[in-house]
Amino acid sequence: MKKVFINSIASISSQKTFDNSVFLNEIIDYNNTVIFAHDPDYKQYIPPAAARRMAKGIKMGVVASKIAMDEAGIETVDAIITGTGMGCMIDSEKFVSAIIDNNEQYLTPTSFIQSTHNTVAGQIALGMECKAYNFTYVHSAISFESALLDAKMQLENDEAEHILVGGVEELGEHTTKVHRTINHIKPEAVTISTVLNSKTEGAVFSEGANFFAVSNEKRESCYAELLAVETYNTLQKERVSETIEYFLEENNLKIDNIDLVVLGNNGDVEFDSYYTQLSEGMFRQTQQVFYKHLVGENNTVSAFGIWLASKIIKIQSIPEILKINSIATSEVKTVLCYNQYRGQNHSLVLLKKC
Amino acid sequence: MSDLKQELKEKIIEQLNLEEISVADIADDDALFGDGLGLDSIDALELIVMLDKDYGIRLSDPKEGRKIFESVQVMADYIQEHRTK
Repeated sequence: MKKVFINSIASISSQKTFDNSVFLNEIIDYNNTVIFAHDPDYKQYIPPAAARRMAKGIKMGVVASKIAMDEAGIETVDAIITGTGMGCMIDSEKFVSAIIDNNEQYLTPTSFIQSTHNTVAGQIALGMECKAYNFTYVHSAISFESALLDAKMQLENDEAEHILVGGVEELGEHTTKVHRTINHIKPEAVTISTVLNSKTEGAVFSEGANFFAVSNEKRESCYAELLAVETYNTLQKERVSETIEYFLEENNLKIDNIDLVVLGNNGDVEFDSYYTQLSEGMFRQTQQVFYKHLVGENNTVSAFGIWLASKIIKIQSIPEILKINSIATSEVKTVLCYNQYRGQNHSLVLLKKC
Repeated sequence: MSDLKQELKEKIIEQLNLEEISVADIADDDALFGDGLGLDSIDALELIVMLDKDYGIRLSDPKEGRKIFESVQVMADYIQEHRTK
């Protein structure tokens, strides 16, 4: 089996992350329950004629994919695989609203065409005239990991050489209202420094796009080697630690071999204990970071965790704002990313310095 | 008639998300498709729905759109003659 390398990364998030030459050197704080992405200048990347039908999620995905492709120095790929938990919410809401408002008549095509979950991957393919494998995984908080796993298997088996893989979510007004009603969004406004110590249920909802050019050929721009990806639809809290130990064992690793753990705490008082049992338990002697206080929660935000891990491995520097504990290692070689959302859809991603 | 043309220009810009274009940029006789505004077949479908919804004009043959959507002037003339609301 061939090895898999992350040759480039791109992130559009609530922080200024789309410029790969910097790494969280300027933090944007908020005092809210919902945070929007910090936009790059989309016009620099997408011609106006193409952009006019694109809602924000599509623009974010297309631009993030272009940044990743440029950094990897490749013109096209053998597959485009995306993950999205909610899909193109803005056009979906527009289309459904039009059905209701117009009594199921006068339905216009644009929002319908643009509302499918595969719209982002499709638009990326159209932009680069790529007729290869094009697929979108929709599976809540493991949507991105499912896409990544697909890419990894294709590359390992040498069915593809270069694959563009990414995760995208956009905030839709009505969907946000629904999530607020069912207490999945925090009732009180929080800030970067208060969200993770919040005593309430729910998270700060967000949007963003994270893309990676992965390949079975290591390029000069390489960030990390992708060692393993595992997803679990259901996993009891009491079994998380032993599952991680088993996962590490399967990859010939022990807890001591992990230099850094990237955890997905989002400040939800009901579910953050999934993470604290690890940070205070099996990984208490391991360097730990979290990131959702900076970029909020969404179904593919775990891809931001992998963006973060890749960046740390490459530049060997960890911004203070990410650190959970004061443990430090001389070199970050092996990183484990763990994520879950509301106690379900857990993922483990293992990266190694390349 | 000039009110209708102004209204049509505003609707075209809004419904087709022509972000870079203002009403002043569209002359009455400018071609909407091809070399003019550069609209495409999806836009044609949007305009057909707009005719039905806003002016009560239902095109039985979508090919009719080719003529009707030639320019704002031609559209306005057609709407003036056939509108039911």
